[in-house]
Amino acid sequence: MAAPTPRSRRTPWRRALRRDWQLYSLAVLPLLFFLTFRYLPMLGNVIAFRRFQPGGSIFGEYWTGLRYFRLFFTDPTFWSVFTNTLVLGALTLLFCFPLPIVLALLLNEVRNRALKRFVQSVSYLPHFLSIVIVAAMVLQLLSVDGTVNQLVRAVGGEPVPFMQQAGWFRTIYVSSEVWQTVGWGTILYLAALTTVDGDLYEAARIDGANRWRQTWHVTLPGIRPTMVTLLILNIGTFMAVGFEKILLLYNPLTYPTADVISTYLYRVGIVSGNLSYAAAIGLFESVIGLTLVLSANAISRRTVGTSLW
Amino acid sequence: MVSTQTRTRAPATRPRGPRPTRGYRLFQVVNAVVLTGVVVVTLYPFLTIVARSLSDNAYIVAGEVNLVPRGFNLTAYRVVTSDPTFWISYRNTVFYTVVATLISVVLTTCYAYVLSKRHLRGRTALVGIAVFTMFFTGGLIPNYVLVTSLGLKNTVWAIALPNAINVFNLLVMKAFFESLPVELEEAAAVDGLNTYGTLLRIVLPLSKAMVATMVLFYAVSFWNSWFAAFLYLDRQDLLPVTVYLRNLIAGATDATQTGGGLGSAGDVVQSAATIQSVTIVLTILPILAVYPFIQRYFVSGIMLGAVKG
Repeated sequence: MAAPTPRSRRTPWRRALRRDWQLYSLAVLPLLFFLTFRYLPMLGNVIAFRRFQPGGSIFGEYWTGLRYFRLFFTDPTFWSVFTNTLVLGALTLLFCFPLPIVLALLLNEVRNRALKRFVQSVSYLPHFLSIVIVAAMVLQLLSVDGTVNQLVRAVGGEPVPFMQQAGWFRTIYVSSEVWQTVGWGTILYLAALTTVDGDLYEAARIDGANRWRQTWHVTLPGIRPTMVTLLILNIGTFMAVGFEKILLLYNPLTYPTADVISTYLYRVGIVSGNLSYAAAIGLFESVIGLTLVLSANAISRRTVGTSLW
Repeated sequence: MVSTQTRTRAPATRPRGPRPTRGYRLFQVVNAVVLTGVVVVTLYPFLTIVARSLSDNAYIVAGEVNLVPRGFNLTAYRVVTSDPTFWISYRNTVFYTVVATLISVVLTTCYAYVLSKRHLRGRTALVGIAVFTMFFTGGLIPNYVLVTSLGLKNTVWAIALPNAINVFNLLVMKAFFESLPVELEEAAAVDGLNTYGTLLRIVLPLSKAMVATMVLFYAVSFWNSWFAAFLYLDRQDLLPVTVYLRNLIAGATDATQTGGGLGSAGDVVQSAATIQSVTIVLTILPILAVYPFIQRYFVSGIMLGAVKG
């Protein structure tokens, strides 16, 4: 990433502007976008510390200190949704991170190219669907007359109203998430697998390694940088677990397991209009998210030498 | 059986031992079964929904519709397609997708081009401004307050502007521009073309595939998006088709909630089952129609982004 030409190290601003003003002018609109729709909302988080009045300033009316933070720290519902967020985030990570690796390794062993491509094409398909469509399909499949309950009845069970039972929500959410993401998730691993040096397999074989050991000692280390990078990125989205999908799939009956921080602050803030309170919760969530990425990145740089930046 | 044939065609990928062991052949069989399972599980929901959309309601309620339509009829298709709201929402989706994609592609291209110029003073800061927003965002509430106070509610801008630049796409495009030969642009400068001329007449014609990929990335994501429209559009005649579908399924789940037990509310949900299935099918159809053509652009775009990241 070092600067390629010595000239670029320190061009005085005035000269840079005179020479490249046309380039800078191309950056004006995009910068305006970032400032307005990305950085202004970051500043807008001050309403977590200020009283916000609808129709008033987007930065609130007067200071309230940590009042809203104290409110949600003593709010039992907050701790319940906080726990749900951690559990759903952990389950998502546990299944949605390793399964694409397994599928990629399996695909990598397929000798028949047409077959391999067919499986890939089919497994990518759910990635292109709107979350609304996925949610609608989940509701259909799990309805009392749906496919899953037909199976239940076929083995002699009573139909289960899956979407109305809190005990089923996590399973349903994680399964639908796997269904939608596992195929698409293999792309980067398959690309990484093609770069593993063939000579290494040769050497491992001469050393007497069978295929399983070759996979363990050659293939997996070969794709480790990809694994670590994607793991860090997954950890970065840990706190934001599938807000849109949960919003579409949950209902008051499943709140005990389904309600997460983001859906809770949506209801509190936008549905009920307590925007300052919800902003406080949102800020708390974003800060945890950022902390998670930064720590994951730092740990991985120390231990395996791979990092995002 | 096919293995020897394909191996000669692609010798670099798998020179792993002269003769497969019995264990490995067993693995190949298991692998084929697992991958077939993946294909079946991925496609099954689609087929069930199609079967339901073509069936008579009575059979669905009885839980007898699985992969084959029972009581074949097209009534539900006629009901949905004769609903003017459905077509209005479809038209809205097309309109939002076109406008938002256009803005996104223009802004992304401009900024990516600027960021690809290694000699540019302040380039690191410009990259940083974009990349930081991948890991820290203002959050839902401040964004909502901002968009509302800018008066963007019930306009296409509420959908197009807040998500105009996707940083991942930006980095993909930046990586692509960086890979173009510098000599071409130097020659353009010698010929007296300024920055705008170089971008329009030299760089973009060389980047047609990349721009097409960007158009697809953005178009698919805007076509599938629903939450911004759900949040910022109140008027029925402005809703995109995803929100139309969302309201349909939300109506169904609301019915189950208010009904309490299953017996009483069951009817309400079931009567919507065929209608829901038809709407799902009609919403997926355009995506399915273009899927075979766009899939490889997506895969190559993701790879380009990964090389960068």
